Amino acid sequence: MKRIVLMGNPNVGKSALFARLTGVRMISSNYPGTTVEFTSGKVKIGPEFMEIIDAPGTYSLEPACKAEEVAAHILPAGDVVINAVDATQLERNLFLTMALLKFGKPVVIALNMADEAHHKGIRIDAGRLEKILGVPVVETCAISGEGIKQLAGRLADAKANSFPHQDHERWQHIGNIIQQVQSLKHHHHTLLEIFSDLTLHPATGILFALLVVLACFQVVRWIGEGFITLLLDPFFNVVWQPWLMRLSGVLGPDSWLHYLLIGKLFHGQINYAESLGLLSTGIYVPLAMVLPYVFAFFLVLGILEDTGYLPRLGILLDAPLHRLGLHGFAIIPLLLGGGCHVPGILSTRMLESRPQRVVTAMLITICIPCMGQTAMIYGFLAGSGALGPFIIFATLAVAGLGLALIAKAFNRAEIPEMFVEIPPYRLPGFRMLSLKVGLRTRQFLLEALPYVLLGVLIMNVLYSLQVIKILGNLAAPITTGILGLPADTTASLLLGFLRKDVSVGMLAPLGLDFKQSVIACVVLVMQFPCIATLVILLREFGTKDTLAILTIMFIMSLAVGGMLNLLL
Amino acid sequence: MLVSLTEMKTNQKGKVAGIGGGHGIRARLNAMGIHEGVWITRKNAQPLRGPVLLEVAGCKLAVGFGMAQKIMVEVLE
Repeated sequence: MKRIVLMGNPNVGKSALFARLTGVRMISSNYPGTTVEFTSGKVKIGPEFMEIIDAPGTYSLEPACKAEEVAAHILPAGDVVINAVDATQLERNLFLTMALLKFGKPVVIALNMADEAHHKGIRIDAGRLEKILGVPVVETCAISGEGIKQLAGRLADAKANSFPHQDHERWQHIGNIIQQVQSLKHHHHTLLEIFSDLTLHPATGILFALLVVLACFQVVRWIGEGFITLLLDPFFNVVWQPWLMRLSGVLGPDSWLHYLLIGKLFHGQINYAESLGLLSTGIYVPLAMVLPYVFAFFLVLGILEDTGYLPRLGILLDAPLHRLGLHGFAIIPLLLGGGCHVPGILSTRMLESRPQRVVTAMLITICIPCMGQTAMIYGFLAGSGALGPFIIFATLAVAGLGLALIAKAFNRAEIPEMFVEIPPYRLPGFRMLSLKVGLRTRQFLLEALPYVLLGVLIMNVLYSLQVIKILGNLAAPITTGILGLPADTTASLLLGFLRKDVSVGMLAPLGLDFKQSVIACVVLVMQFPCIATLVILLREFGTKDTLAILTIMFIMSLAVGGMLNLLL
Repeated sequence: MLVSLTEMKTNQKGKVAGIGGGHGIRARLNAMGIHEGVWITRKNAQPLRGPVLLEVAGCKLAVGFGMAQKIMVEVLE
């Protein structure tokens, strides 16, 4: 089977183009570096099927970060190259095009975002460009799907080595080409451009960033709570509960199956938070306590991503983050990690140096609770008002700052400097946004539901076999001695390895007081990664660095938990 | 007059006259369109030696302070 490689600068719409060509649904955003690993799919061109690979964006064939390395590595494996070019930035994009033309693989050019270029008053003579470069040039708009068929149809005309030139003369050639094929109509500053300047201005920018962060938190809470009070709680109380009670009657309260599926009854009633049955707590926790917030978080994050605000936030925060030993763009993985650690750690690939990636991943795993945990922490501490969550998040923030500074002191490597393209602001499109939120939410459900159910099952089995007691006694010197928690908490702490949200849920039946609850939550966040995160850590950083992160996590969780035990 | 990018004023234009530093940094700047002879406009700079923003060939870029110090620009008085 022939192989097509999709190459281009970051943020020119390669993933959207890939989705159009293959029908595979992909996540795309408005910042350079959304795609950090390659995805492949199949496309039917004429009578034959071809494999198509979506490579991460790159500015040149000399890689400067992990994602660009992946791109440069994929290129030789292709038989044909589709070079996606941003029509609104033709001049800069042609630099990579020239390198590709010289590389020796047949090339076809997709002149993408043709419609946006048109709006900006940029006219490009595609026919002329095709003649000069000697390879097919097809105008496309990946968002609407225009030109995709024509692009596929021209693959057969792809040519290699069609524009011989010396490397050091490249910009000169590009200048000549631009003069021949591109004409600009003078255009006035649009509102979005003025807005762009304001959000990057040192004074107004920080103010705006604060507003954005506050607004995001509020909106996530508002959407999450809305779903729960208006939809999910009514469903579970009015529809699910009577059904479960009927099942409970059939099974009989003392049977083994009742214990497993429905769990303990409190005054003859099911308590979704504490019954610990597969069909009660096991379903309620992921669907009615975590999912609404996860969905809301992905929606808000998706809007932030698609407007193009995230790289601006990275630029604003670059100077302060450098003082913590981090690159400004580390804010993007850190934010993503607030949703789920797995995509957060993967997106560290957009950072240039390995030490940077390891430190950012470590901060995510140790000090940033994922959305599932955050939702459960709020739910668990709901009775005691805002003080509990505040203490928890403030503790995590201080621990994170401290950890970053310690890592900086140990890290001899220089922090790479900011060097990035600022994408224009765009209004998020409904289709792309809903697709992205849908994909991420589905992924959450597929991962969360089985693990939560498994967690509840294991917990029940361990309880009934008295293993919990034994483990609790063994770990008592640590849990009780250092952290001041009852021995029973050991099991829920250990269960955090499976999934952290469910293990916060397991704390509910233990009857902890306020201080113990806060300490248990903090320790759970910091103690060790859930199994999915561990797998990603091992894959991205290898055994040695992962072990180092695990050791630091364990020490940090005990130190911080012990400190809280003394202070509170 | 020859100044570094960090010494330029907001919205001042100039022509890149040279780039200090090693091959790696020159190659990266080159791939993004910053090379000798190209016209650039300096935009906002972030405080505390934060990134300097600039516009080149209709494209907006953010360049770290240290890197920006290495970009020498010929500006009109």
